[in-house]
Amino acid sequence: MSRLDVQSLTKSFGALKVTDDVSLTVEPGEIHAIIGPNGAGKTTLVAQLSGQLKPDSGRIRLDGADITGLSMPERVKRGLARSFQITSILPGFTVLENVALAVQARSGSSFRFFRPVAGDAALNDAAMEALTEAGLGDRAGVVASALSHGEHRRLELAIALATNPQVLLLDEPLAGVGGEDAEAFVARLRRFKGRFAMLLIEHDMDAVFALADRVSVLVYGRIIATGTPDEVRSDADVRAAYLGEEGEEMADA
Amino acid sequence: MSDVTTAPRAAPRAPAMAMRVKVALILFALFAVLPPVAVALGDPFMVLIATRILAYAIAAMALDLILGFGAMVSFGHAAYLGFGTYAVAILSSYGVNDLLLQMLGAVVVSAAFALVTGAISLRTRGVYFIMITLAFGQMAFFFFISLSAYGGDDGYGLSSRSTIFGSDVLENDMTLYYVTLGFLIALFAACHRIVGSRFGRVLTGIRENRERMEAVGFPPFRYQLTAFVISACITSLAGVLLANQAEFVSPAFMSWHRSGELIVMVVFGGIGTLTGAIGGAVVALLLEEWLGALTHHWPLLFGLILVLMVLFSPRGITGLLERTGLWRARK
Repeated sequence: MSRLDVQSLTKSFGALKVTDDVSLTVEPGEIHAIIGPNGAGKTTLVAQLSGQLKPDSGRIRLDGADITGLSMPERVKRGLARSFQITSILPGFTVLENVALAVQARSGSSFRFFRPVAGDAALNDAAMEALTEAGLGDRAGVVASALSHGEHRRLELAIALATNPQVLLLDEPLAGVGGEDAEAFVARLRRFKGRFAMLLIEHDMDAVFALADRVSVLVYGRIIATGTPDEVRSDADVRAAYLGEEGEEMADA
Repeated sequence: MSDVTTAPRAAPRAPAMAMRVKVALILFALFAVLPPVAVALGDPFMVLIATRILAYAIAAMALDLILGFGAMVSFGHAAYLGFGTYAVAILSSYGVNDLLLQMLGAVVVSAAFALVTGAISLRTRGVYFIMITLAFGQMAFFFFISLSAYGGDDGYGLSSRSTIFGSDVLENDMTLYYVTLGFLIALFAACHRIVGSRFGRVLTGIRENRERMEAVGFPPFRYQLTAFVISACITSLAGVLLANQAEFVSPAFMSWHRSGELIVMVVFGGIGTLTGAIGGAVVALLLEEWLGALTHHWPLLFGLILVLMVLFSPRGITGLLERTGLWRARK
């Protein structure tokens, strides 16, 4: 059974079909990448999968169970977590607190009013572990707003890891990250391969072809091709959709 | 709701928090020595004024719990002050004079009202939340205006203060003062614990970034509503004490002006600090006393001071003190 099974998802904003009959699966342990030009509807798709937006029609199943009607927190509880394209953190909290909250969300009730949470070793240890895995262990005590852009991206990842996902939706985790940072990030994601399934939305073609088991190409809200990286790279429709610079980049990758 | 709270606020860092607790302890110590000083100065009436200030400090602190830490600007919190005062008046007219029973009554009614109106208000955000809490506050206000059995608009004089286990110790102004101070200290400790608890961290997280909290698995509504109810209950306790101080209850305690004054106290002291709300209540009410003695047009002066405060120290007295360095927490 697929971990994540999306069937005929459709979403329109007025006359504009931003998600047009999208079906896809994410298999256990798989990294399924979604690429597509700007405005293809990638982020809208993630928003529907994560529960932020309601699709007009279609079904989303997680491990066979229909989750189409569930809210974002309910989906997270079932193991479907996401990271944001535009960093979304608690700016006034420390890095550790940001992650500890994600741990707290899945461990015990948060209707506890008296015991100080700051000294909760179980939360802090698990948070530290996620931070270390995301390559941010040495910044735990820093207030999150003081981090650099690259560090923010790693904090996004650490928070997502701390929710203990079964399926992780990564919305352009490399946005704005370049050079060595990007390479390190890709290496990190590769280490998580097999631990949980990932749906990777990404512009960075090097990253996509280095990581993905399967690639789907989204153009104008429609999936025009799905296959192994090699199949997709040689697909004539895909080449046509990626005319110009990105098309060349794709051929080179 | 973060779209309505203006000043960017960092979550309280541990050293800053510790410092604020210290300042609160200093305030409590000053409050504790006030009555003997007042007697020595030959001005025992000061104790009664101070009791009123302490009761408002409790209410302001309760409001800060949701306004400062939960980004919920309730413009109807005077309703809970009113429920507290009328719990004293109505229960005592039925022969229930015990302070704790009256407090229980105030808390039960306030929790029920806050649960229902909060659940509706929290469907909205920002300025709509402010307006809808105001509307509910006014509904409570007009209910008591029309409650002619208890004087309606004119209010209702209490024949005596509340008793504690059958004893009328509260008839002594000094005792009432220290009982009120005891409640302030205990409730401050409770609020401080709540803010630093698992629950408090979730509440503050929702203030900081609601979407992020949903994305890690927290549905904001239930946490915000719980905080709203807790805040309402604490405010009603302040009302019970206030009725005893004034020995009189009237709908004036729950008018929207009163709700506004509570917000002013919190802003004045520095939102999201608890200690600041206490200081804000003290300063706002003392200013009202002094400026009121100075001129009939005191609200003008008060307004001017408030404008200057918000312009030059958006974090209120707390921000002012922390900026002087005298009170700055060691890093």
